[in-house]
Amino acid sequence: MSETRDVILSTIRQSLRRGPIYGEARAALEERIRSHPRHLIPSRAGQPPAALIDLFIAKARAASTSVVEVSDRGEIPQAVMDYLANENLPARLVQAPGLHDLDWAAAPTVEVRMGAAEKADEASLSKGLAGVAETGTLLLVSGPENPTTLNFVPPTHLVVLFRNDVVPAYEDAWDLLRVNGTNPRSANFITGPSRTGDIEQKIQIGVHGPLRLHLILVGR
Amino acid sequence: MNHTSDRFIDNSRAALANPVLQAALANLKRGFPINRAEVVADLPEFEELRNVARDIKDHTLDHLDVYLEIYERNVRASGGKVHWARNAKEARDTIMRICRDAGARTVTKGKSMVVEEIGLNEALDASEIRRVETDLGEYIIQLRDEPPSHIIVPAVHVTKEEIGDAFREAHEGLDPTRALSEPADITAEARTRLREAYFSAEVGITGANFLVAESGSSIIVTNEGNGDLTQTLARTHVVVASLEKIVPTMEDAFAILRLLARSSTGQEFSVYTSVSNGPKRSDDLDGPKAYHVVLVDNGRSSMLGTNQQDMLRCIQCAACINHCPVYSAVGGHAYGWIYPGPMGAVLTPSLTNIAASAHLPNASTFCGQCEQVCPMKIPLIKMMRHHRNSAHQQGHGGKVSKFALFFWSYFAGRPALYRTLTGIGVGVLAALAIGRGRLKSLPLVGGWTANRDLPAPEGGTFLTRYRRGER
Ligand code: SF4
Repeated sequence: MSETRDVILSTIRQSLRRGPIYGEARAALEERIRSHPRHLIPSRAGQPPAALIDLFIAKARAASTSVVEVSDRGEIPQAVMDYLANENLPARLVQAPGLHDLDWAAAPTVEVRMGAAEKADEASLSKGLAGVAETGTLLLVSGPENPTTLNFVPPTHLVVLFRNDVVPAYEDAWDLLRVNGTNPRSANFITGPSRTGDIEQKIQIGVHGPLRLHLILVGR
Repeated sequence: MNHTSDRFIDNSRAALANPVLQAALANLKRGFPINRAEVVADLPEFEELRNVARDIKDHTLDHLDVYLEIYERNVRASGGKVHWARNAKEARDTIMRICRDAGARTVTKGKSMVVEEIGLNEALDASEIRRVETDLGEYIIQLRDEPPSHIIVPAVHVTKEEIGDAFREAHEGLDPTRALSEPADITAEARTRLREAYFSAEVGITGANFLVAESGSSIIVTNEGNGDLTQTLARTHVVVASLEKIVPTMEDAFAILRLLARSSTGQEFSVYTSVSNGPKRSDDLDGPKAYHVVLVDNGRSSMLGTNQQDMLRCIQCAACINHCPVYSAVGGHAYGWIYPGPMGAVLTPSLTNIAASAHLPNASTFCGQCEQVCPMKIPLIKMMRHHRNSAHQQGHGGKVSKFALFFWSYFAGRPALYRTLTGIGVGVLAALAIGRGRLKSLPLVGGWTANRDLPAPEGGTFLTRYRRGER
């Protein structure tokens, strides 16, 4: 196995007409990784905060994410209940453990289970780490607080995102992880519900992943 | 899959005479290129980002050995295993061994061109393991036992009626009165059927759009969510990727991601861009228990340092295919291998051998659209010329002229089509046709028409209409 590896690496070096890279040259490459410089960021990401929130919401909607705004976290359960009722969906969901302190007393008809998603789950509620304004994209990361299956298995996916967590560009969202020093098993950038154009190029929403993606944006 | 690139002309004739295929290709032409133009116009930095992306990949390829080593180190650090494969057989054997060790009875697969390239499907189908394609397009062609005809929309050549028929034949217990006539019905049926497979698969195989050296992560970009279900729900996740998928950092990946969906389907961003890093952590509630990466060379390390190195920048967005007049006329199967259009015309001869695919670098009108839209600024036309020259030197020239004549006469007979397909102005073609209904030269096969003067059957009519100002 390692022999194969060495053959491939030495073919690469032969083709590039050089030997292995050591010393300063190697250190420069390691430094490029350590400092991970940013490249050109589109100017649309450089707007003032209020305009960025507007951009984020507009782009999310353009990607078929439905968006509702609530002023504080106490209003989340009601917003969930209303959404499920409006869409004629059963008042049941599986919730990310990270949202355990939500007080469901305000939405007593909603049946809530905590954990990862299972085959039969019809709706899930998870928490977004960040919203990326440039394309209306959500970033969700895995962990005991936020199992990945919540993002993909149930046909309806609701996401809670705090306004303060809306950032200009993908790089800003990723920096939130870098700052935490976390390197999650899975990080999902999600822009709208699942879709396909595989049948005669006609866009169909909801193929394998969620049919509905509903964002609850929290804060003033 | 079987390689039929040597039959390109016959394949093309059949394709041109197939009305169903022609309708599908017309659909394709009206879809992706128009969407792309819109989102590109909406991002003023697009052109500059193409330079950035080209430079990132050039830097990476020039130091590919180092970045692969760093990548491998980081995959290990997060609990994953890296396997290296020099060729298709080694890759297949490695993956089959991983599947058997994992006790696989069902394997789910996301869409991956390199997995097609190494012929894994045939190996799985010859074994006792059940293979389930999860990308809707791939699933459709699996049921129909066909190769893909496009790298992004593999079933682009299939009508919804044909899909409905394939489902009825394959799906046991399907209520015969159930409607399967509309895309929505078909999608719902596929969703139900595939759900069972995701949950029962022991192994999930995906490709990767990027491998990130700094963290040892793999990134997949999809719209359906099938790749995510595949890699999250199976006990073992196997990532299969060719060497050149490496980028040093997430910042590098983001820069290229800004171009990928825009160039490909004309979306600003695909629905799912998912970054995976090793197996399930001890406190995770879900995710695969084992994470393997199979790094496939299959001829790429030898392309470095040659006039084919630029092709290793390809991110397989299919923009060149979607804008190619030849692809739009003959579709993907005519190319005889998995990579069609301009990217295939350059890549196939590099990865296979020039003799079998000698026609492909000529499958071009040299209109230059592919280069103009390629987000990675790959000089596709120049690279096709290199291949043509090598083919000529190796004595495959006869086939080459025959091919050129075939395409030349096809487009010469259809100037309006040629104009629509290429976007070349009417005036240019009119000037080329110089009155007498004969085309003196066409930006098609440069040298070929220099000393030949071929009839342009509809040239007169075309010019008359042009003079009347009709378009
Ligand atoms: S050659 Fe360029 S345009 Fe064609 S698929 Fe590759 S990156 Fe896209």
